[in-house]
Amino acid sequence: MGDLTTRIGALTLTNPIMPASGTFSEELAEVFDLDCLGAHVTKTITRAKRPGNPVPRVCEIGGAMLNSIGIPSKGAEWFLKNIVPFYADYEAPLVISISANTADEFARFAEEVSVPGVAAIEVNISCPNIEDDGKAFAMRPGPTGDVIRKMRSATDLPLWAKLSPNTGEVVEVAQAAEATGADALVTANTMLAMAIDSRTGRVRLGNVMGGLSGPPLKPIALRMTYQCARAVAIPVIGCGGISTVDDVLEYLIAGARAVQVGTATFISPTTMPCLVRELEQEVERRGLPSVDALIGTVDIADEAITLAEYA
Amino acid sequence: MSASLCAVPDSISAGVSRQPSIHEVEARVKIHEWVNGQYRLLVLAAPAAVLDCAPGRFFHLLCPQTDRFKPYLRRPMSIYSYDRMKGELSFLYKVAGTGTGAMAELKPGESLNIVGPLGQGFEIRPEWRRPLLVARGVGLATLAPLAREFANLGRPLTAVCSARSPDLLMSTDLFRSCGAEVIAVTDTDGNSSVENLTALIEGLIRSRGIDAFFTCGSARLMRMLQEIGARHGIGGQVALEQHMACGIGMCQACVRPFRSESSAVNLRVCREGPVFDLQEVL
Repeated sequence: MGDLTTRIGALTLTNPIMPASGTFSEELAEVFDLDCLGAHVTKTITRAKRPGNPVPRVCEIGGAMLNSIGIPSKGAEWFLKNIVPFYADYEAPLVISISANTADEFARFAEEVSVPGVAAIEVNISCPNIEDDGKAFAMRPGPTGDVIRKMRSATDLPLWAKLSPNTGEVVEVAQAAEATGADALVTANTMLAMAIDSRTGRVRLGNVMGGLSGPPLKPIALRMTYQCARAVAIPVIGCGGISTVDDVLEYLIAGARAVQVGTATFISPTTMPCLVRELEQEVERRGLPSVDALIGTVDIADEAITLAEYA
Repeated sequence: MSASLCAVPDSISAGVSRQPSIHEVEARVKIHEWVNGQYRLLVLAAPAAVLDCAPGRFFHLLCPQTDRFKPYLRRPMSIYSYDRMKGELSFLYKVAGTGTGAMAELKPGESLNIVGPLGQGFEIRPEWRRPLLVARGVGLATLAPLAREFANLGRPLTAVCSARSPDLLMSTDLFRSCGAEVIAVTDTDGNSSVENLTALIEGLIRSRGIDAFFTCGSARLMRMLQEIGARHGIGGQVALEQHMACGIGMCQACVRPFRSESSAVNLRVCREGPVFDLQEVL
């Protein structure tokens, strides 16, 4: 069978399929053996407890989902005591996603969660920065660099910076994360969106605005993956709208070394094990020595075109 | 009910069960028919793996894409009946929106992708000898398997069935076939008000020795039972509905506030529920 092994910096994954933060939890172990995945990525936690946003926290719209869950968190202590030990029984590396209000808080929290059993930290910098007028860290290279730099000096664990599709400075943010010590990038988080019930005039999310995910996000996150893979030397992990093996292939060809599957797991909880199987078959069908042979092989007829203005 | 589904929100056992207890399967439509002007009965041929059900648990259904309706997320639906011997699983549902509108177009022989069984079902405590079911709307479907369970246990059952009009009263024959004494009330008959039902239920407590309430389908009736229960020291359970995304416990979309020792706590309707202690619902 095709070799699916992929490397994300110091970590070797048995295959490039892993869950996106927020769409995965211990409960999925009741559906399939979680060790078939390349890695486990937990839902973002904050150091302090948070209640999360008012309901409705999700709505569907045109084959996509909007969510404003609001990072409900039981806090660091509870997480380290209950969640980290759960994954100790698995071979797949455990990646924990964290969020904080300031760069210093990110660093302190990173230090606190750098415990045995944790293989890497995913940095959710799409949350509001209270020191920057509530703008998300990932909107600009400066605040992104501040967070990664401070975290880098606080932990030896690999740091995966999860970028936001809401920025107009994708490449600059990606390069800032790389320059300050990120080991990988995840492209990307959800896109800020909203929905209104035209009949009642009411907003459809309790938090008014929320993140768009699902298939319609794919071309945007795929474009970011392509941009980042060309602009940085560290591995890029694609994330956004993946539900079929073709989606996985597109991301790998665009330059991703691995992918995260999110909303598709809500539609079909067995999506990820199916994708692992289908990717293996696809690598074999194409007669490739390994999945590696696909990565970054995008065929661009005229390289100069991508340097031109987009619009 | 499988122990692994009895999730306690503040402690997760470290042990890993590698044996799947939640299944995603294709089920074939055997029967799909209107039971009245609003509700349809859907009977599926389902594999044995998913028929380890219990009253109050639910399935997450991948409604089909039709010309008119394009649902994206799954829709949670409580179990109306399950029969391991016949390999049947059925749902009784109101055609109300995009998901159920699409579902209503399923034809016999077609297949429906279902995930389950999910959630925590009703707990039947040994001390609850004289249960009262109070159902309205979808609750008439959700409480049906519970009535069968009480019939199996040989506990005398009373069921108050409420609906907007007599033609929307479903399951009353089913409740009667479980040996239940059925009291039907409707808005059109003018006997379904909280005042009327409070008096009726207080009478049943005196005459029948009712010692537990089970309800589903109406927030108004749930509040009424909380109030009567608190006054008479009668416990019970309620099956709740909430917008869901994943249905399994991953996304935290379907939370509701519940009373806990110190303050209110958000619990997932899909995971810690959909059945909750009647008095803990805020």
